[in-house]
Formats: sequence, structure tokens, C-alpha cells
Amino acid sequence: MRAGEAAGLSATGTGPVLRFSGVGLTYADGTAALADIDLQLERGEFVSIVGPSGCGKSTLLRVASGLLEASSGSVEADQERLGYVFQDATLLPWRTVAGNVELLAELHGYPKQERRDLAQAAIELVGLAGFERHHPRRLSGGMRMRASLARSLTLDPVLFLFDEPFGALDEITRERLNDELIRLFLGRHFAGLFVTHSIQEAVFLSTRVVVMSARPGRIVAEIPVDLPYPREPELRYSPQFAAVAREVSTALRRHDS
Amino acid sequence: MTLLRSTPGEHVEVVDPAGTGVESEHARSHLPIVQALAGAPSGVPRRRSVARVGPPAALLAVVLGVWQLISSSLSNGQQFLLPPPWDVLTKGLLAQQAYSAILPAFGRTTELALAGLGVAVVLGFSTGAVLFRFRWLERAAYPYLVAIQAIPVLAVAPLMAVAFGYSFFAKGVIVVIIAFFPIPTSLLLGLKSVDPGMADLFQLHKVPWTTQFRKLALPASLPQLFTGLRISAGLAVIGAIVGEQFFQSGAPGLGMLLLQYLDNVDYNRLYGCIIVSSALGIVIYSLFNGLSHRLLGAWHESSRTSVQQTVRPSGRARERSSNASTSA
Repeated sequence: MRAGEAAGLSATGTGPVLRFSGVGLTYADGTAALADIDLQLERGEFVSIVGPSGCGKSTLLRVASGLLEASSGSVEADQERLGYVFQDATLLPWRTVAGNVELLAELHGYPKQERRDLAQAAIELVGLAGFERHHPRRLSGGMRMRASLARSLTLDPVLFLFDEPFGALDEITRERLNDELIRLFLGRHFAGLFVTHSIQEAVFLSTRVVVMSARPGRIVAEIPVDLPYPREPELRYSPQFAAVAREVSTALRRHDS
Repeated sequence: MTLLRSTPGEHVEVVDPAGTGVESEHARSHLPIVQALAGAPSGVPRRRSVARVGPPAALLAVVLGVWQLISSSLSNGQQFLLPPPWDVLTKGLLAQQAYSAILPAFGRTTELALAGLGVAVVLGFSTGAVLFRFRWLERAAYPYLVAIQAIPVLAVAPLMAVAFGYSFFAKGVIVVIIAFFPIPTSLLLGLKSVDPGMADLFQLHKVPWTTQFRKLALPASLPQLFTGLRISAGLAVIGAIVGEQFFQSGAPGLGMLLLQYLDNVDYNRLYGCIIVSSALGIVIYSLFNGLSHRLLGAWHESSRTSVQQTVRPSGRARERSSNASTSA
């Protein structure tokens, strides 16, 4: 499906940049991956998806991005200005950090100087300044993920999809990147859809947490997170935070099959 | 702050969890270590080049010693089978009569091997790329590709002779047949090794196939492709010598010379000629090896030599890594 201008999705104004209406996905072998997904996302919203392993969280992102096509229902998404951060950093090992961050602008045919400037700005934004000429294999996991984030930021996405990007990182690095992600979210005002296994991470980042159940993946709860931004690391230890986390955890257990 | 962490697989990592880059000077002071690991020629201490040349040189000395021992233990009537290394060097290589024949032969065989290898590379690369583009064609053609490898070249050589005469071209065909196979198969293997996440990213941005091939699949395939090229390079030399020995036509190359010296019971020169043939194989192999290091040096594991792999971070770096875990 093309970007949803026709359907009234606008990138600049308010209104949803992603809209799932009754989306279902059934594979050719009959396995139902997703069923009856209704989800709407506006700029300035950050929605995390939690659920048991294999419940179709990642599949949901692939459908939103257009990499997979839904077998029923309708998907409207601003796929022209889409950022997608994968589980792995997915950097080109033969390119330097700068070369990797430039990639998307290059694929979209931006002139050399412009894509350099875009890349440089993004590199500074994620705190990788000074490492432009390093190759990925010389970076730590956290720095690779930063480079991957920077690459997505160059095209200034309106809809930002995150597929468990910090799942493989140690806790300290993960918390730090959570802080940075919030900073980026507040600065760029995109719509974020974030898949994670961590309830803590989901609550800390989001304006709303979506809980999914397994096989077929369906949304069983949507829990708003009424905690003000910017969120400081200490927030994780506050009673309000604990209350929301408990609510998410309860919803997860109730639908655990 | 910036920390230096060492892990067994990754040698020295410059880690900057804060991402501040504030202490990046600190990190830069350790860059020589990292550069040495990446194979940068400058800044590699002499100790390491000794470590690299020492063991092979010692082994060569041992081999020459054993050679000398066996040779001198043979009775006079049998010594011609394995002349002492010194005789091979002086009579078989450095004597004017020897090198005036062997050197031009070396040139001819080199020419034949390189010409055949060049054709094999072009044909092999195109075949691999086409099979990658059209997967159904790959399924159809792959069994025959494997079959080509199984052709006993000497069995088809007579046919070549009938078809193309006892010509340079016929010998070249032999070289191509022998050297061809590793190229398309290694290229295909490499092209398919593309990270699925990267493929998704390119698909997401609706990148045309040619761009994806150029910017993603081809660079990703280079490590495997070069493995194939190195094998082909060695095979091309074998093919050239086999071709020359079968056809025995035209000005003599190394293959023909080997047979001549065998007939003349001139074993000093025979050994000299064998050494030069091996040298040709090694030179062509090294050519591709060097090229692969140049292209892949900055990023691929295969371009690290075994000695560099044994280099461990210094004690100071290790100390820092333990500090890192406590201060983090």
C-alpha cells in the first residue's frame, strides 16, 4: 500500500501516521500470525509492544513497513518517511561509520555534500562524533546500535519502527540508549513503534504500552503511561512507574497461554 | 568515559558507553594496537615481523636439512633421484644453460596460465552473477556446474587437439576448464551470504536490483569470491603445465621442459624446473592474496594473518578491562 496521503494520513499535521484496521496475517501453510489488529499511531506518540516470544510483534512491524503484506484488513502507513531499526545493527562491514550512516541518503540519490552533512549531524546526535572513520567491527555492540540509529535518523522519519534494537545489549548500555532514544523522540517528534521483551523498557520509553497474546498475535491490552517527559533514569524506581509496570505484567500473565 | 575492553574474539575494543567522546584522546592513544591488528603495515614492530618470518624460515631449513640427509644417504647409483639441494641450486637453476632455458619457459607458462585464468575469471564471474539474478536458472544449471568440475581434463584433451589443433588456444581451453569452477560457485556462495536484515533495509527503500548488487551483494561476496580466485589461480598453473605436457607443441614452457629433463635424466634441472613451477603458482596466488588484503583489509577476518591473530592486548589493556567492569 502506498503512503496514506489518499487515506488522509498526513506527515506534517496531526492525525495518525500509522493505522491498522482489523489486520490479520495468515501464512501460506495456514499458520495465523496476526489477527484483528487495530492500532493507531500519531506523531508524538511512542508505543511499545510487549508479548510472549513468537506472538508476532516483529511481524507486526514488518507489516507496518510494507515488507510483509497483510492477508486481511487494511494498513495505512507513511512508508515514504519510515525509519526501521532492526534487532541487529545491520551495518555494512566494509563501510566506515560515516559511510554506513550516509547509506540511505545515498540510496535516495541525495547529492554528496548534502548526504555528508546529514550523516554528520546524525552521528553527532547519537554521540558517535570522533568515530566516523571506524569500521563496525571495531565498535562495541552499543556503538553499532548508535550507528544504526543514526542511519535511520538521516532521512528524518515520521514513523519510526524499532524491532527490539537493544535486546542484545547489556543493561547499562541499554538504559543509556533508552535515555538517548527519549531525547531523540522529544527532539524529532516522530511516531515510535517499539518492540521489546522488557516491561521496564516499554514503560520507561512509551506513552502507551500495547500487550499482545500469542498465536495468533492479537492485542489484549493497551495501557497508557501517564508519566511526564523528559524521563529521568530514577523514574524507574518511583511508585508510579512500578504501578504501570505491574499493570503491564498482569496483563501479560492473564493472557499467557 | 571511554573504556578499553578486551574480549577473546574481538581483541581490543574501544568502548564508549557514555557516547560522549570526551575521552576520545585516551582512545586514540591506543590506535596503533588496533591498526596493527587490522593489518596496517606501518607501526608493526620489528618483533612481529620476525615472528612472522621466523617459523617458516626455520621450517625451510629443516626441510633442506632432511633433503640433504636423504640425498647423501642414497647410494651413488640412486643419488640422481634426489640430488642434494646445493647441486639443484647451482647446476639446476643458476647455471647459465639451466636458466637460459627455464626463464623463457617460465614466461611462456605464465602467459598461458594468466590468459586462461583471465578468461576463467570473466566467464566464471558472469556465470555466477547470472545464476544469482535468475534463481530458477541456478537450480537448472548448478548440477552441470558441478559436473564440469568432475571432468577429467586429460580425457577431453585429445578432443581439444582435434577441435583446435595443437595450439595455444587449445592449451588455454584446458586452463579455463580447470580454473573455472571455483569462481562461480564461490561468487554464488558469497552473494547469498548477504545479511537478511541488510536485504530488508534495501528492499524497504525500494532499491533497484543493480544498485543492490553493486552496493550490497557484490561487496558482501568478496571474501568468498577471493577464496575461489586463490584456488583458481593455483589451478590455472596446474592447467597450464598439464596442457603443455599433453600438447607438447610450440615453444617450450615449463611443462614441456619438465618432460625433456626427465628424458635426458637431467635431474638437477628437473628439480630446478619443479621449483620454478611452484614459484609461479605461489606468485599468482600471492597476487590475489595481496589484492584481497587490499580490498578487505579494513573489515574482514580473513585478511588477518595467523600471527596477528595471536597478538593479544597488552597487560595494561587487560588491567583496564577489569577496571572497566568495576567502575561501570
